[in-house]
Amino acid sequence: MSNTIEVNDSNFKRIVEDSPRPVLVDLWAPWCAPCIKVGPIVEELAREYDGRADFVKVNVDESPRVASAYGVQSIPTLLFFKGGKPMSQIVGLRAKEELKKNLDNLMG
Amino acid sequence: MSDYQLLIIGGGPAGLTAGIYATRARLNTLLLEKIVPGGQIASSEWVENYPGFPDGISGFDLGELMKDQAIKHGLEIKMAEAVGIELVNGAKVVKTAEGSYTADAVIIAGGSEHARLGVPGEEELLGRGLSFCATCDGPFFRDREVAVIGGGNIAITDALFLTRFASKVYVIHRRDQLRADRIMQERAFKNNKTEFIWDTVLDAIEGPDSVNSLHLHNVKTGKKSILKISGVFMAVGTRPNTEYLSGIIKLGQGGTVPVNSQMETEIPGIFAAGDIREGSIRQVVAAAGDGAIAAMAAEKYIG
Repeated sequence: MSNTIEVNDSNFKRIVEDSPRPVLVDLWAPWCAPCIKVGPIVEELAREYDGRADFVKVNVDESPRVASAYGVQSIPTLLFFKGGKPMSQIVGLRAKEELKKNLDNLMG
Repeated sequence: MSDYQLLIIGGGPAGLTAGIYATRARLNTLLLEKIVPGGQIASSEWVENYPGFPDGISGFDLGELMKDQAIKHGLEIKMAEAVGIELVNGAKVVKTAEGSYTADAVIIAGGSEHARLGVPGEEELLGRGLSFCATCDGPFFRDREVAVIGGGNIAITDALFLTRFASKVYVIHRRDQLRADRIMQERAFKNNKTEFIWDTVLDAIEGPDSVNSLHLHNVKTGKKSILKISGVFMAVGTRPNTEYLSGIIKLGQGGTVPVNSQMETEIPGIFAAGDIREGSIRQVVAAAGDGAIAAMAAEKYIG
């Protein structure tokens, strides 16, 4: 079973911005090869951080408003939300260890 | 005794091909990959010059097929970034954040990453109109004007890909002719959405929130200009991932690893293959060839 949830333009506020927990948002699209490679890494992180943070995916093709609201013009982009605000942003395919460091900082 | 007979650093075409040859030679082999296997080629929309695919193949699929083939032959792959190599009594110790591995021989095939120009705005506007991946980000620039910086195969392939979305694609190149393959040049010159700005270099990228304009200057006339665009795609070459090797191997031109025709470095038992080695033509087919040579030379070394 997947530990990540697919979120769209209409439920983004409720699931991400209003969340009491840190949320990692993976902005992706099916045409983007590095995005397809980020997917399984985010899935692993979701398992490892289960209960401490939420992990969601936004398909920018179907939900363009989220990307434009946060000025995202490159994918893959990972946005780390805490208290409803994006605290850090990672553009491009990165190693899992680097993403973990970001998450750990965020949870402090 | 070493953990492995052979350790391969990097899971692109060079490393995966080395893995195929090494496992078929029954060498106990581990491949370390810092992010995910497949290599840079994964971001290429379509590869037309790798033999065996008369209609071309997507870079992503080509990388996946190479990975599947290596795994099918028994290659073990671990996700870990090599951060150093040491020599201990003839064995090679490769260090990663998750621990060290010892091996009798090592093939360095860590490839290269996008070079940066180091101009103002480049860091700040990454992901906000500045991109290193046209196939990822092209669709964000539908009906807008964009620029590609560079004149090689990647720049021209990117420019042609972007014409599907953008209303206009400027190609800004520091020389008065392209380095890209002739066939790509012909396609680019024929396309009515492309416009070439020759002998021109990028001085700065202006925002503030997202890319708004490029500050340029002509290297022959010295004339400065400002070009209004919404997106800029950087294709100014690559730099080898060799920083961690500087203490152990004397690096060559542009930080590449010098090798002989057997892909041997100056240190017995350490080989280099693919984009990372000095003199590489940085093509998938050449990286694969290097990987095969390095694996066979490593097999001979291990004995």
